[in-house]
Amino acid sequence: MLRAVGRYTLSIVHELGDFALFTGQSFRAAVGARRLWRRVVRAGFEQGVRCLPVILIVGMFTGLVLGLQGYYVLNRFGSEGLLGTLVSLSLIRELGPVLAALMLVGQAGSALAAELGMQRNTEQIAALETMGASSHAYLVTPRLLAALVVYPMQTALFVTIGLWGGSLSGSMLLGLEPGIYWSAVERAVEAPDVRECFTKAATFGLLTVALCAYHGFNAHLCSTATGARAVSASTTRAVVQSSIIVLAADYVITSFLV
Amino acid sequence: MGADTTSLLLKIEGLHKCFGKNVVLDGACLDVPRGSLVTVLGRSGAGKSVLLKCLADVVQPDSGSIFFDGKPLTAGDAAARADFRRRCSFLFQSNALFDSLTALENVELPLEQTTAVPDKEIRERSLEALRQLELDAYKDHYPSQLSGGMQKRLALARAIVTRPELVLFDEPTAGLDPLRRNAVFAMIAKYQRQFGFTALVVTHDLTEALLASDRVALLDKGRMCFEGTSDEFSASTSAVVGDFRDSAAALGRTLASIRRGEALQSEDS
Repeated sequence: MLRAVGRYTLSIVHELGDFALFTGQSFRAAVGARRLWRRVVRAGFEQGVRCLPVILIVGMFTGLVLGLQGYYVLNRFGSEGLLGTLVSLSLIRELGPVLAALMLVGQAGSALAAELGMQRNTEQIAALETMGASSHAYLVTPRLLAALVVYPMQTALFVTIGLWGGSLSGSMLLGLEPGIYWSAVERAVEAPDVRECFTKAATFGLLTVALCAYHGFNAHLCSTATGARAVSASTTRAVVQSSIIVLAADYVITSFLV
Repeated sequence: MGADTTSLLLKIEGLHKCFGKNVVLDGACLDVPRGSLVTVLGRSGAGKSVLLKCLADVVQPDSGSIFFDGKPLTAGDAAARADFRRRCSFLFQSNALFDSLTALENVELPLEQTTAVPDKEIRERSLEALRQLELDAYKDHYPSQLSGGMQKRLALARAIVTRPELVLFDEPTAGLDPLRRNAVFAMIAKYQRQFGFTALVVTHDLTEALLASDRVALLDKGRMCFEGTSDEFSASTSAVVGDFRDSAAALGRTLASIRRGEALQSEDS
């Protein structure tokens, strides 16, 4: 039993070290990479534009639900005027970065892990390496750099749409004055809140894209399956671990910044 | 064996590679003269692809030496390896084309990622490579929209666009019918002469290899048990070469004995 626990712990430590080396190697590959920015723009398009509909839809419904729930809770204490404060701070400090990251993991992260897994399986990554090109610089670095910009942008969009959703349910459906809602938003949100929002978004972007790329890139090392099953197993692992790491990192960042 | 060492582009000495307890290469040696088409023959699992992957640095050999243009390629010598990669191309058995890139983008990729050639020149050189391989009409097609033979030519276009001195072909005819096998070997021989590169092909297709190659080597149980010209291969009295060369005749003998056995059984009944 003790031996099994020890072996499992060692394998986790080994994988964490391997992941850290992989991420470091991907950033180091940016130095001297050829035509990197063209790939960054393409990766930004994949992560950003393609994920836009899901961000808009989930952002709107999150705001709508927050507005409804918040209104009923605040109404008990006769404090409906604070609805804007509740919706804005919840979205900016917590729900916006976390939910946007989870949506991006589901859409762009899973696609990235599956694509790299397939490229590994069909020897496309080996082909790049035999050409003398850096597979990290071509496949991973642009995605990591794009995530540092795209995740905060998507989060900002998510929050903006969510605020409009809160206003829609609070003012238009439940009869709260729009002016009261928006002035509460304006009074509540301060620079440190926005800073926390963007810090979280960029961190989640970096961690999840690196994790999805790591699992896809190493799909051939999967111990439980081979071929297409290894790709599916590594994609599942990438999405599950990314979702967990978003919530774990959220707790760590919040405890440092609050 | 027989080749003048000063004219050798590639020399392999005593290459060893094990995967666990499975010995795949057991002191393999090979000489590849400059400008020639050399074919390494061998049964499936003889270690041919591993030999090629050791050369391409995809697999690390356990021991042995590889000399390219007279200089040793050692695992730690990054500069020598980089120089080798610049002057060598590798054609995978599966072609390893990027399925999300068009034919033109696939050919542009090595120039784009490994050289400082300006974009305009990259486009011109890539179009020229596609034209030479009669694929210019398909430049905007994705690999999945091309036939097997076209994909093979596209992979060759990608390999030659960097103007390599050595092209490594890993089982270029695997899974193809006899007509396509002939066409692929004819293509390799034609472009090898046209572009003047040195070609090292691994395959188990004996007839085509003997016809197309300048030199032939036979890999068996991780060792090179024959090296010479096609004529020398045909005349060899070695038992291993004989087994490989006369496999069709052996099949005929086996089938004849099976038919004789069936005939005896039917007579008994």
